[in-house]
Amino acid sequence: MINELLFMNGYGVYVLSAFSFTLLSFTALYLVTKIQFVKEQSKFVAKFGSLNTEKANSAKLQRINKEILANAIND
Amino acid sequence: MFKLFQPNKIFQITSKAPKYVLFLFVVVLTVGLIEALVLSPEDYKQSDAVRIMYVHVPAAWICLGIFSSITLLSISGFIFKNKNFFLIAKSLAPSGFVFNIIALVTGSIWGKPTWGTWWAWDARITSMLILALFYAMYLISWKIYANEEKVFKISTIVTILGIINVPIIKYSVDWWNTLHQPASINILSKSSIHSSMLFPLLIMTAAFALFSLLIFLMKYNTELIKIKNKGLNRL
Repeated sequence: MINELLFMNGYGVYVLSAFSFTLLSFTALYLVTKIQFVKEQSKFVAKFGSLNTEKANSAKLQRINKEILANAIND
Repeated sequence: MFKLFQPNKIFQITSKAPKYVLFLFVVVLTVGLIEALVLSPEDYKQSDAVRIMYVHVPAAWICLGIFSSITLLSISGFIFKNKNFFLIAKSLAPSGFVFNIIALVTGSIWGKPTWGTWWAWDARITSMLILALFYAMYLISWKIYANEEKVFKISTIVTILGIINVPIIKYSVDWWNTLHQPASINILSKSSIHSSMLFPLLIMTAAFALFSLLIFLMKYNTELIKIKNKGLNRL
C-alpha cells in the first residue's frame, strides 16, 4: 500500500517533489516572516523600555502601542 | 467608511488572528493533502502525474488574485490618499511572489512527464515568468526607495504595468497555440473537470488562501510595529 502510494505508477518522484517543494516554500516563508515579526516586536519592547516615565505614559496613550506590548508579553 | 481601515482599529484584529488562521490552515491542508495524494482518482491520460495539479493550479490562481488585489489597492491608495492601502498591498506581495514561484516550479516538474521537457517558451509559462519579474520589481521598489511618496508612486506604476499581463496569462491558452491545455474550470459555464478531482482542488485552494492570509497578517503586523518603532524614535 505504502509502496504503491510512493511509486504512483512511476510518477511518484515528480508528484512528491512538487508537493515537497510547495511545503518547503511554505515553511521557509512562514519562518522568515515570523523572524522579521519577532525582531520588530523585540525592537519595540527594547525602545519602549528605554523611554522615561513621561514619554512612556504618552506612548501608552496610543491603544496600538499597548496592544503591541501586551502581545509581546503573551508571546 | 475608511475609518475601518485605520491601523489602530485593524491591529486589534490582525494581532490576534494569526494563531487561529494557522490552526485552520493546518487542518484544511491536512485534509487537502489526504484528498490530493490518496483519495482522488488518477487521470485516464496522465495517470498519477495529474496530482501535481493540486498544488500547481491553486498556486497560480492565488498569485494572480494577489497581484490583481495589489494593483487595486495601490490605485485606491492614490485615489483616496490612504497610506494604509499601500501597507496592505505591500504585506500581500511576499506570499503572491512565493505562490508565483511555486506555480512555475511545479509546472516545470509537471511538464517533464507530460510534455517531455522541464521548460518551454510557451505563452502561458512565459507570461507567468513575466509576472514573477513584476512581483520581484514591486518588492525591490519597497526595498530601495526610502522616500514614502516615491515608493508609493513607483510601486503603483509597477503594478499598473504588471496588471496588463494578467489577462494575457488568463487568455494565453485561447489566443495562441500552446502546450497548456485550455481551462477546465469555468465560473460562467460548465466545468469539464470531474467532481472527484474538483473537490480536492477546491480544498487545496482554500488551504493556500488561508496560508496567504496568515502570511499577510504576520507581515502587516510587522509593518505596523515598524511604523510604531519610528514613532517611538520621534518621542
